[in-house]
Amino acid sequence: MAFLSNFPKAALQIQLKSAGARCFASTTTQSSKSKKTLAKPNVRNVVLVEGVRTPFLMSGTDYKDLMPHNLATKTLSGLLKRTGVDKDVIDYVVYGTVIQEVKTSNIAREAMLSAGFKDTTPAHTVTQACISSNQAITTAIGLIAAGQCEAVVAGGVEFMSDVPIRHSRKMRKIMLDSSKAKTTGKKLQLLWKAMSPAVWTPELPAVAEFSTSETMGHSADRLCTAFGITRLAQDEFAMRSHKFAADAIQAGLLTDVLPYKVPKVAEYITKDNGVRPSSLEQMSKLKPAFIKPFGTITAANASFLTDGASACLLMSEEKALSLGLKPKAYLRDFVYVSQDPKDQLLLGPAYATPKVLDKAGLSLADIDVFEYHEAFAGQILANLTALESDEFAKKFLGKSAK
Amino acid sequence: MAGRFVGVFRQISTVNRSLARVSGDHGLKNFFSTTARMDFGKYLTYTVKDGIAVAKFDEKDAKVNTLNRGTMAEFQEVYKEITNNPNVKGMVVISGKADCFIAGADINMISDCKNVQEATALSRNGQDMFNNLENMKIPVVAAINGSCLGGGLETALACHYRIAVNSKKTSMGVPEVMLGLLPGAGGTQRLLKLLPFQTAMPMMLTGKAYNAKSGKKIGLVDHVVEPIGVGIKSANENTMEELEREAILTAKGLADGTIKKPVRSKKGLNKYIDMFASSRLGNIFWEKGVKDAVMKQTKGKYPAPLRIIEVAKTGAQQGPRAGYEAEAKAFGELAMTPESKALVGLFNGQTALKKNKFGKPEREVKTLGMLGAGLMGAGIAQVSIDKGIDVILKDVTTQGLSRGEDQIIKGLDTKVQRKKITSFEKDQVLTHLEPTINYEHFSKCDIIVEAVFEDLKLKHKVVREVEQKIPEHCIFASNTSALPITSIAEASIRPDKFIGMHYFSPVDKMQLLEIITTDKTSQDTAASAVSVGLKQGKVVIVVKDGPGFYTTRILAPTLSEAVRALQEGVSPSKLDSLTRGFGWPVGVATLADEVGIDVAAHVAEDLGKAFGERFGGGNINVLRDMVTAGFLGRKSGKGVYLYQSKSKKRPENTEAKAILDRYKLDPKPGNTDEDVQYRLASRFINEAVMCLQEGILANPMEGDIGAVFGLGFPPFLGGPFRYIDLHGAKQLVDRMKKYHDWYGVAFEPCQLLLDHAKDPSKKFHTR
Repeated sequence: MAFLSNFPKAALQIQLKSAGARCFASTTTQSSKSKKTLAKPNVRNVVLVEGVRTPFLMSGTDYKDLMPHNLATKTLSGLLKRTGVDKDVIDYVVYGTVIQEVKTSNIAREAMLSAGFKDTTPAHTVTQACISSNQAITTAIGLIAAGQCEAVVAGGVEFMSDVPIRHSRKMRKIMLDSSKAKTTGKKLQLLWKAMSPAVWTPELPAVAEFSTSETMGHSADRLCTAFGITRLAQDEFAMRSHKFAADAIQAGLLTDVLPYKVPKVAEYITKDNGVRPSSLEQMSKLKPAFIKPFGTITAANASFLTDGASACLLMSEEKALSLGLKPKAYLRDFVYVSQDPKDQLLLGPAYATPKVLDKAGLSLADIDVFEYHEAFAGQILANLTALESDEFAKKFLGKSAK
Repeated sequence: MAGRFVGVFRQISTVNRSLARVSGDHGLKNFFSTTARMDFGKYLTYTVKDGIAVAKFDEKDAKVNTLNRGTMAEFQEVYKEITNNPNVKGMVVISGKADCFIAGADINMISDCKNVQEATALSRNGQDMFNNLENMKIPVVAAINGSCLGGGLETALACHYRIAVNSKKTSMGVPEVMLGLLPGAGGTQRLLKLLPFQTAMPMMLTGKAYNAKSGKKIGLVDHVVEPIGVGIKSANENTMEELEREAILTAKGLADGTIKKPVRSKKGLNKYIDMFASSRLGNIFWEKGVKDAVMKQTKGKYPAPLRIIEVAKTGAQQGPRAGYEAEAKAFGELAMTPESKALVGLFNGQTALKKNKFGKPEREVKTLGMLGAGLMGAGIAQVSIDKGIDVILKDVTTQGLSRGEDQIIKGLDTKVQRKKITSFEKDQVLTHLEPTINYEHFSKCDIIVEAVFEDLKLKHKVVREVEQKIPEHCIFASNTSALPITSIAEASIRPDKFIGMHYFSPVDKMQLLEIITTDKTSQDTAASAVSVGLKQGKVVIVVKDGPGFYTTRILAPTLSEAVRALQEGVSPSKLDSLTRGFGWPVGVATLADEVGIDVAAHVAEDLGKAFGERFGGGNINVLRDMVTAGFLGRKSGKGVYLYQSKSKKRPENTEAKAILDRYKLDPKPGNTDEDVQYRLASRFINEAVMCLQEGILANPMEGDIGAVFGLGFPPFLGGPFRYIDLHGAKQLVDRMKKYHDWYGVAFEPCQLLLDHAKDPSKKFHTR
């Protein structure tokens, strides 16, 4: 899922049998060589049984009057229906989300209850900026590998159509104090305080890093400049991503998408509405979105703000086989990395890729398909440039060469 | 990165010219398509990229670019080159150094001028050069990153468009006034034209500098470039390349009309103020608006701000021709004033003291143990954590500790409010602080600074206690204003690690740190202490141990003389106005209240014992009686003045007056106001010279810096030694002779001063 927000961390999972292309993914094919066994001694095999998602819509479109847990509920119930797994089998539910709806702050629990899961099944919600739903998945892997659980549902949900906009701190204080104000005098005092216009200015949720006050788009644009990624290269890459996504939809490859019924919308929602292949000429007309007037990131080479949810079912290998389920993938390894939030905020993949390969004892040549999910075409290109560079490897990865 | 240029500038024609060799090799222009540049010039290089000439200031083997004769000559050549090249459609002026555009004019070039004519000619040269630049037919874009000060900003002002990098290092201003000069290369004229009167005048009169963002707000900058981080290349290289790229695109855009120069019509009230100020009717703005404020601040002691007003006004009311003429003339005259020479001397001294003369210490100080969380202790802790030094702040009680931590938080909050740091950075800074009431983690300390009560026995106890808790390499520094370090060190088991670090209150504002070495202090200990001081952002002088060291010792006779004047019936407010009239920033009576009457009494007593009658003057019992009566100065609400918590008014303390009356002396016949001023100043100066004579001071420069930055000796006099160089020792010795007849030994000039009086060719400073 392409979210707004920030990447202090990035994770990468190696899936030797990849589940196929998803929207806005970068895939690089390498020549296939003999497969190694990655099973670890004394660690249980963790498998992916199935994954589903709602169509991803641009925020403010057809989903706009829903609540976020509605979308998550759909994926949870859809997952059970598709796999035929009984709700009694599910030991745990974990969800990732970035901007929380305050009414459903443990959205995993609210969604699974509405999806008719057992009320004795525990659930929790995690957040780690853009990587939140991956954090949910690796949390599930940990629970299974540690023998705590046999079957866990992990997922992610984001709903940018409605974000929590707060009253100002001053107004919140007045409101909280008002419940304590008993006398008319005190009440009038509070009323008087509420007369200032500053009190009435709402607080929008920051789309910026708290530590640097910089928005992600701004940081991405600077990253592109730092790695010399041109506007043209970004537009070309974005065009390629949109084309792949459109082709996959056309060919009916996106079997994970569940149709969604929005009340009072006549048609079922069956497709992502942000996949819009365009021409370079059209794209070149756009003005930069963040750094004006000489920046390189535009609305066309960046991903959109999204509403959507997903869910996947993870099990221990034995459990899946005992239930007669065929694993779609074996989940072998993962790493999380963090860098300087100012200048390397969006450079996670460049650090995580070599690290996870080393950890798993693999080389580039062992991998058939890499899949990265990032918000900006230029960001992917910057990361690839870094990975291509001996200089970068020496300076930042502690390696002798790339 | 080369890819970017291939993509953006398909055809890059690079013209490399040797700018140092000014020969007629015009036929040798290279029009090869290449991104490589050969840096021929010593001060700047010149290339043409895609029809845009890029003049890059990059002085070889120098950390910063300055405007000197060499730069100016090379710039003239570039100018000729560009005007003769019909293919050039625009021009970019940029620097090859990431943290410096142009730091200003080369100060030595100005100091080397022998007379007004030479300095005036220098100004005219600058004016001509920048007028040529401004009058170019093609658009000229200044691309600024780092310091852009004085002549640097004047260069940028002559350009048609300014873009600047939003980094902490970018600083744009005209600080010439602080050197007793004015922006002499068109600055006084262009600033007033570009910016509203209300912004331009304070900028010139105070030297206030702007960063990229605030510069954009006031209209100094047209476009802000965000700094770029590290990629394959370093952050600095990336930022400079992006700045150049955007500058070239801007120049191209201005040349082909796709970018419009923003029309800066002054709006609202500013429009009318400027209109009036430039008319004959607008004198009120010049007189009441700025001149009165300057007179109030400077008492007319500084000629530069007054000339700036005069020159700016001439330009505004009589047009540029008269303005430029006045500017060059005033610049030449100001450069020859003793005030300017004094201020330049201080600037040079400050610059010289940024270097640690003891070299690099063997180990870097990472953790500082601060004993005492009072005003001083908390202040020292604040300036240390601010620079990334871990501080363990210890006090005896949690109440004292909590008060100290509050002081630090308040100090940092002020920085957040002024946008010097973000609130996130404040949190990071505060993490370096570990407040405690025990010695638990003192084994981590590399240096201890004690600021406990000024009592030798207590200090000995603390030294013995703490030395049990700290590692062997740890330095022990005592922050005392008067107790001899050698005496405190008697309690130490490691006297080679013992040193004095005399901070001035309030620590976060006062720039000076006086470091005191004893005979036993090792070189490495001194090196460490100086490096800590420099890290804290202090101007550090190093003196030998002795009663009162340097600063306290020269202040003591001055205060003693002040008490005598009070006894003679000069009222405290009169004394304040006399001393301020001499140029001291704080009146001496107020100073006594600020320092604390008890402290003053203490010092007077101790130093009186050490130096005998020579330190006499006022009756010591005046101070003693005041202390007994509880008149301790501002801290107790009563001193020479009365302090009310809410009111800013400070009436004289009549009870203190009563004490003074008890010790009333008759003033000497013929004693004038000027005599009072010189009685104070001559004892101050004489004692300073004596400190040099006795080897307390290593050199006159440190003496000047210590007197000005620690005690507020009038900066326009440049310090006691510069004062003698500029104004002569003889006149001072003559005055002292008269006072000697009146008061005796206190006014006996020291031998070194007498030597200088005898031979006027003798100078303390070589330049």
